[in-house]
Amino acid sequence: MSLELKNVEKIVGLNTHIHTTDLKLEKNTINILLGPTLSGKTTLMQIMAGLDKPTKGEIWFGGENVTGMKVQKRNVSMVYQQFINYPNFNVFDNIASPLKITGVKSSEINERVGKVAELLKLTGMLNKKPNELSGGQQQRTALARALVKDSDLILLDEPLANLDFKLREELREELPKLFENRDCIVVYATTEPSEALLLGGNTATLQEGKVIQYGKTLDVYNKPNSLVSAQVFSDPPMNITKIKKKGNDYSFINNNIQWKSKLNIKDGEYKIGIRPHNITTYKEGENSIEIKGKVLISELSGSESLIHFTNGDLSWVSLSNGVFQKNVGEEMSLYMNSDEFIYFDQNERLVING
Amino acid sequence: MNKTINQKAWFFVIPVFVLVAFNAIIPLMTVVNYAFQETFGNNVFMWEGTRWFKQIMLSERFHAALGRQFLFTFIILFIQIPLGIAIALSMPKEGLGVPVCLVLMSMPLLIPWNVVGAMWNIFALPDIGFLGHSLNALGFDYNFTQQSGDAWFTTILMDVWHWTSLVVLLSYAGLRSIQPAYYQAAEIDGASRWAVFTKIELPKMKKVLTIAILLRFMDSFMIYTEPFVLTGGGPGNATAFLSIDLVKMALGQFDLGPAAAMSLIYFFIVLLVCWVFYTLMMRNEAQS
Repeated sequence: MSLELKNVEKIVGLNTHIHTTDLKLEKNTINILLGPTLSGKTTLMQIMAGLDKPTKGEIWFGGENVTGMKVQKRNVSMVYQQFINYPNFNVFDNIASPLKITGVKSSEINERVGKVAELLKLTGMLNKKPNELSGGQQQRTALARALVKDSDLILLDEPLANLDFKLREELREELPKLFENRDCIVVYATTEPSEALLLGGNTATLQEGKVIQYGKTLDVYNKPNSLVSAQVFSDPPMNITKIKKKGNDYSFINNNIQWKSKLNIKDGEYKIGIRPHNITTYKEGENSIEIKGKVLISELSGSESLIHFTNGDLSWVSLSNGVFQKNVGEEMSLYMNSDEFIYFDQNERLVING
Repeated sequence: MNKTINQKAWFFVIPVFVLVAFNAIIPLMTVVNYAFQETFGNNVFMWEGTRWFKQIMLSERFHAALGRQFLFTFIILFIQIPLGIAIALSMPKEGLGVPVCLVLMSMPLLIPWNVVGAMWNIFALPDIGFLGHSLNALGFDYNFTQQSGDAWFTTILMDVWHWTSLVVLLSYAGLRSIQPAYYQAAEIDGASRWAVFTKIELPKMKKVLTIAILLRFMDSFMIYTEPFVLTGGGPGNATAFLSIDLVKMALGQFDLGPAAAMSLIYFFIVLLVCWVFYTLMMRNEAQS
């Protein structure tokens, strides 16, 4: 049982929402659609679910062509960014609603709802109505409705986006456990790279209606096939600049920064991407390169310091462990490790990673 | 606790107090004044206590007018609320149809009430009016100036034409505020159209519908201009709703005392019904 999109394309009016896409999602996997807002995550999910038809192409599920088959017949469930529950049903009836419609026996309903409610810590709230619950509990109810059904395909469209920070952290940690031992394909859309890394599984990076890269989440993170994929999978944003290579000598094109390396690539111009956590206020490793910066903004978050700085026409971000209080306008030295640079060619395709 | 005492704050309250006094309290007190006294003009008043109230409460004429009023209000609510929701449900959700429908819907609401009455009066005249003439041509014995059934029919039809739009616009706004994800979730569950209506749309429209019902109740309960122009309360007293009867009593017969007592009773009925209805709806809201 796998879900396969074959040459799927979605055009609405004059706008292409999804460019021709091929994607195969395997059974028992978590698949993350990672991309900024309007990158086509929701459209793609709706096509997968059968809520929307592709303009072109086919959707195959478990060896069956399900293109145009109605969503009710497909055994899918979906959780949305907004907390979608029936407003005048209590939690129990909300969770039970997909079972009731399909005519499951009431003793079985009680048992299954009870189990899911326990899993999602809703046991004490089964008699409450959605608007008596906190946002987190409302979303737990919606998740429970999606899980109670034993769907073949569970779609989650930014389920944590509307929750406040604490609840998000809490639920985010529980999510991988919820999908364990389930005979289904999970698709999870998010804008946040950290969520993708936490959930593991596979990740598809999306940008402007195109699937840029699909593979194991860590592979996509460590070996982005293109600059766009690397950018989508980097938060805070990736630092990018043009460089020149001649022999073993490398240098930034617009700045006075040089280093040596024995990489086996052709001479010429490249673009490099540096993740913010690879630029730090302290030296890391042998191949540290110093870069002078003028502080634009410095943000402290718990145990990390995010420093936005400029150097010539570069405007970059660095992320260091530890708390470093810097004043705006202050001149400082930062260090980056050339082993961590990701090299892209003129077409912004990956050349070599570190 | 040390409170600073500064009586200057009263100056900020005075303008509002004066304004409210002039536009509400003083006129109301005049009515109260008349309701408890008898006068023959020349500013001579005699104390009558609760006599006018007793007289009104026991008068068959008042009971009849009140009965007509409740009947009228219930009929138009019964028609306008479901009809308004039905129209709102069938209106387009996007495209050029939306502004067109909205403008068409708002039209009746923009026409002055006495014009509505005059329009329908002419429209329904049995000899020259389009509606009246057509009905007669179709074989119905229709004459709203002489048959009370026809007068009621015409008055209700006029009110439905004039005010259903308000319910439509409110319901439409309520419907549009439902996120599309709700419909998708219902679709995934395989819920029927009827289930979507009762389990999602109605609960989500509850607040605007409460407002719609309240507004329509108050307006229809206090209706005056349109039936006054259309039927003048006739034939006989068939369409003499409370306000029409009140004006007859106050200005026609110059019974100022009973008329003042009646208007106070009238006022309290409206207040009471609205309060009960609103409290019930909102208590329900707090529970759910």
